[in-house]
Formats: sequence, C-alpha cells, structure tokens
Amino acid sequence: MNQTQAKKGYFGNWGGAFIPEVLHQPFFQLNEAYRKIRADESFWQEYVDLMANYSCRPTPLTFAENLSNHFGGARIYIKREDLNHTGAHKANNVMGQGLLVKRMGKKRVIAETGAGQHGVATATMAARFGFDCTIYMGEEDVARQRPNVFWMEKLGATVVPVTDGARTLKDAINEAFRDWVTSMDETHYVFGTVCGPHPFPEMVAWFQSIIGREARDQILARHKALPAAVYACVGGGSNALGIFQGFMDDDVRLVGVEAGGKGTDTDQHASRMTGTRASAGVAQGYRTMFLQDDDGQMLDTHSIAAGLDYVGISPILAEMGESGRVDFAAATDDEVLKALELTMRAEGIIPALESSHAFVQAFKDAPNMGRDEAIIINMSGRGDKDIFTIAHAFDDPSWKKFIIDRADGYRKSSGG
Amino acid sequence: MDLRTDIEQRLKHKPILLMTHLVLGYPSLGVNREVIRAMAENGVDCIELQIPFSEPMADGPVILRANQDALKQGIRVEDCFRFAGEIIREFPGVNFLFMTYYNIIFRYGEEAFLRRAAEIGMRGFIVPDLPPEEGETYLRISRELGTAPIMFFTPTSTPERMRKVAELGDGFIYCVARKGVTGKQTEIDETLADHLARYREATDLPLAVGFGISSRKDVALLEGKADMAVIGTATIRLVDEQGAGAVGPFIASLTRS
Repeated sequence: MNQTQAKKGYFGNWGGAFIPEVLHQPFFQLNEAYRKIRADESFWQEYVDLMANYSCRPTPLTFAENLSNHFGGARIYIKREDLNHTGAHKANNVMGQGLLVKRMGKKRVIAETGAGQHGVATATMAARFGFDCTIYMGEEDVARQRPNVFWMEKLGATVVPVTDGARTLKDAINEAFRDWVTSMDETHYVFGTVCGPHPFPEMVAWFQSIIGREARDQILARHKALPAAVYACVGGGSNALGIFQGFMDDDVRLVGVEAGGKGTDTDQHASRMTGTRASAGVAQGYRTMFLQDDDGQMLDTHSIAAGLDYVGISPILAEMGESGRVDFAAATDDEVLKALELTMRAEGIIPALESSHAFVQAFKDAPNMGRDEAIIINMSGRGDKDIFTIAHAFDDPSWKKFIIDRADGYRKSSGG
Repeated sequence: MDLRTDIEQRLKHKPILLMTHLVLGYPSLGVNREVIRAMAENGVDCIELQIPFSEPMADGPVILRANQDALKQGIRVEDCFRFAGEIIREFPGVNFLFMTYYNIIFRYGEEAFLRRAAEIGMRGFIVPDLPPEEGETYLRISRELGTAPIMFFTPTSTPERMRKVAELGDGFIYCVARKGVTGKQTEIDETLADHLARYREATDLPLAVGFGISSRKDVALLEGKADMAVIGTATIRLVDEQGAGAVGPFIASLTRS
C-alpha cells in the first residue's frame, strides 16, 4: 500500500491492533513471518506459480460486448475472479496464507466464514497442504448455506456452528479468536478479509493485489488505455482492494458498492460508507466505520448477499473513502436481482449475489459514458454454485416444487 | 489512597485478597445489588463491574451470554454509570473497577468516560482489548486522574514485554493463569507456579490471578504466590443456578481455613 503509515498498521485514522494481551505474542510472530515473506522476492513468485497451477490464474478479463451494446455507453469488461478454484477471489488470500503457514511450520488452521466461501476456500487449502482445519460459522449461516457446509466437511474440515450473538459472520470471528487464544502455538488463524487487527488488512490486501496487477496489464493490452472506472462490491473489502490496488496511482475512478439491503433509509442494510447509521468505532481488533448504536453496541445488518452482511469495513477502504480516492455507492436487494438477471441473459455469465452489487452501479454509470471509454467490473465470485440462495432470492416456483418433491422422497425413504 | 497502596495495606492483614466480577444488568441491576452486598459483607476487596458490550472477544461463553442477555434487556452505559455511582457510595470498603471493551469508552469519549468514572469513585479500569500501544490517551488521562489502568501478564508474555506493560500500568497486574478465555478450569499445578514466579520477577505491583478459580482449594494454593484471587465466572454460574442468596456463603467459604 502507498499510504503513509504514521503508526504501525494505521491508514489515516483507521486500523491498528486492538488485541488482548494474550494475543500479543502470536501477533508478534505473525508480523515477523509476514515481514520475512514481504522481504523475500521468491515468495511472491512461488505464490504466482501456485495460483497458476492450482487456481487458473491469471483469470480472464472478459469483454462484455452484449452488455456494452445494451447500455450504449462505456465498454464493459469483467474481471473473472469467479474462475478461480472454489469459485471466488477468496482462493487468492487463503493460498497465500497457506504458503505462509508452511513457512511458519504450523500444522492447524482455523477460519471464520459468513456465506461459506472463505470456509470452503480455507478447507480446500488445508486439504492441499495437509493441515488440520476448523471453520467457525454462525448458526444462522450454517442453516442458510448447507451446500458450503457439506463441501467443507467433505474436504476434511470441522465446521463449528456459532450459537452466540447474531449467529453470523462477526460472531464467527469472535469465536475464531477465542480458539486462537488457546491454540496459537500450533495454529494459524486464516483471516478472510482486509479487516481485523494489523497485519491482516495489509497482508490480505497484498495477496489480493494479484487481481489488480493482472487487470491493469489485461486492460492495457485489450483496450490500449486505462479504464475510466473500476467497480467492486464491498463487504469486508478484499476483492475491492484487490483490484483497486492495480490502479491506485492512475487517473481511474474507483467505486466500491455496499449492500443497500432493503434501502439505506431502513435499518435493513450493511452500508458503512453510504447511509447514516455507521460511525467510528473499535471492535474485532481494529478501528473503522461500524454500524453501531450511540453506546457502541453493534447493530444487526442485512443483505441478500451473505458475504456483504458485515458490521465493519476494511480500515484501508475507510481511509480511501475519507480521502475521496474511492467513491462509495449502495445497491439494494431488488436492484441486485435485476442486474444478475440481465447479466445472465445478455452474457451467459452468472455473478454471485455479492458481485452483482458491483454490476448494479456499473450499469447505472455506463450509459452516461463515452463509447471510447472502458470500465471494469470485478466479478468476485460465481453465482451458479449458490443455486439454493439465488433460486430462493428469485422465489422460483419450479425450484420450490423440486425441493418439496425431493424432501418428500427423503421423508418416505427414511420412513418418516 | 491509590489502589495499589490500598491493596498493599490490606495484604498486611490477610494472606490473600479476593476480587469478584459481575456483568451489570445480568440478570438485573436489582440482583447485581444483592450480589454486591453479599460480596462486600463477606470481605471481598475489589469488584469488577463489567459494562456489557455486544462483541466481548476475550470472554468465554458464560460471560458472553450474560453480556448479550443484559443488552437484550436494554441496559445502557448511562444506567451502568448511575448504578455504579450508587453502589460505590453504599460500599465504601470495596474497591470498584470498571471492566469493559474499548469501544464503550471510545464511543462515550475517552476523557469524558474516565473523568466521570473517577468522579463517582471508580478506582481503576480493566479493558482487555486495549493494549498499551493503542492506549496512549487512556494511560495519560488515568495518570492525571490517579485511577489505575490494569495491565495483563499472560503465559506467553516475554520478560521484556512484562516489564514494559508493568511500567505503564498501576493498581495491580491481572495475571492470566493459562491460555484461553474466561470460564474454564485451571489446573493449579507446577506450570502455574512457574508462571507466577516469572510474573513476580517482572514487577513489584500486586499480582491478581484469574481464570477458572472456584474453590477454597484453588485460593489456598495461590496464597504466598499471588496477592489476589479473581473469581469471575464461578459467581455468575452460582447466581444462575442458586440465586443471589448463595453468593455470601460461597465467598465466605473461599477464605475460611
């Protein structure tokens, strides 16, 4: 990152490491290990080689000709993070941390997961590297995301449903920290996003910067010029920071799209930088903009996309929002479904509900731009593997009938 | 008299002091008051009053649920301040400390929070997610006010680290007896004795030992090795299971030889 960091782990007013004393030593070790891999040029090459061999990198930059013609404005390019192994950009971070764990000589990894993407990616990495793996997941998310739980377990991970708090992502993070406090000697905590205490925001952003490095080369090769704007959805912010880092010093508009839920004027959303419900706070080990009440208690959040349903935002993005380097917008649940439907029909591409938030804002802006301008949408993940969630969101009658019939079949065969 | 001096005075008359803990508003402020009376009448020296927070990352399941339950019933920071003010006036023989997470202090305004707490007679603060590196303002204002910012020693703390945090802290050192969160049993064994010997070497401040202490036997084993036994989860469980009336006899049993 290019930001001047007056104090370690700070980005402007945001970030830091608000950790209990019992975590001081493991964080000290992690900082040391991270410092070593940053200084070792062979590490990044090892990482790039691993991602080429195992995760289809570099991922393509697809020119969306039909969508471009449909809107009649900017040329729309899509960065295909959905084509990573396990179907999302999450693989970049976990494989990078996997290499780090190998160098640290630890044998067990733990992770939190919201929708299950990061959990599946971590379980996959653990299987590949031969680590023991425990995934913490809010009970409510376990219920919503059974297919991902199924795969985590098949990949050899233990999935622990978290029954405290709102039983979602933030509670899974708290529980993973509790595990780490007792197990730090042999365990690494694979944090899933660019949040949490230093060095996680900076380290995860570094692994994800592979997206932006590729995208910059690809757009220059294809469009012969830089894009006018780059769009990414923002939950914690890892896919957004990943692609934005390719264009930090360029005259390129960077747009982060948050979960508008049922509207930022309601209390059913997860917009920290847009809307008025967020304020500066310190929780989960770092200082950022949190959705919280006057006393500092965290509020419940809502999004159609579980991966964006989170109270905080990367301290790096909070700083970039404050300085005006990144513009923030919000997309509502309804707008997301419309953008998803259009993208499927026009291009035969199925973005995840999370990624579809970025498409919403790009589609709003594209018609007002020139035909010679290009924009990039970061498609952070694929939607087809989330068929249960997406079919439910579309309220699809034939899908419902299928599930009912299948359930009846199971009931009969189990004699119930 | 500052907290450290008060503790040292008490140690002239007792082999070990007791510190207890409760979550404000759990199960209610009314029950909190009964429990505090029972603790005070049975010779408790310090009481941690925990202001609930929605994300208590350093607490185990029992205290975590107590936090959530209190918040669900609508406890506010303002209620905690008012209640604490009354209690401190009612029980002048006990040292009271606020325990909470940093966001509660940060949102209230660091200086305003610490000043108001000092004005009502709070003797110190335990803020588990505020390491000294992030706590410059907190430490500076605490020094001005003469309140004690309590620091932590843990089994993984190096001697250099312990000397550093002890220098910045005051009152006593909160010693973690084992790795982990609150509410699990600690084997009081040779490992703990080793840790306590290391802790003692690093500071002259009194040592309070917490996490999992629940019987006279546990407390007796600490005598001579530590200055204060911390009883956290045990009283919350007791009140849950047997009601506030059971607290007095339990506390009395901890120091009866």
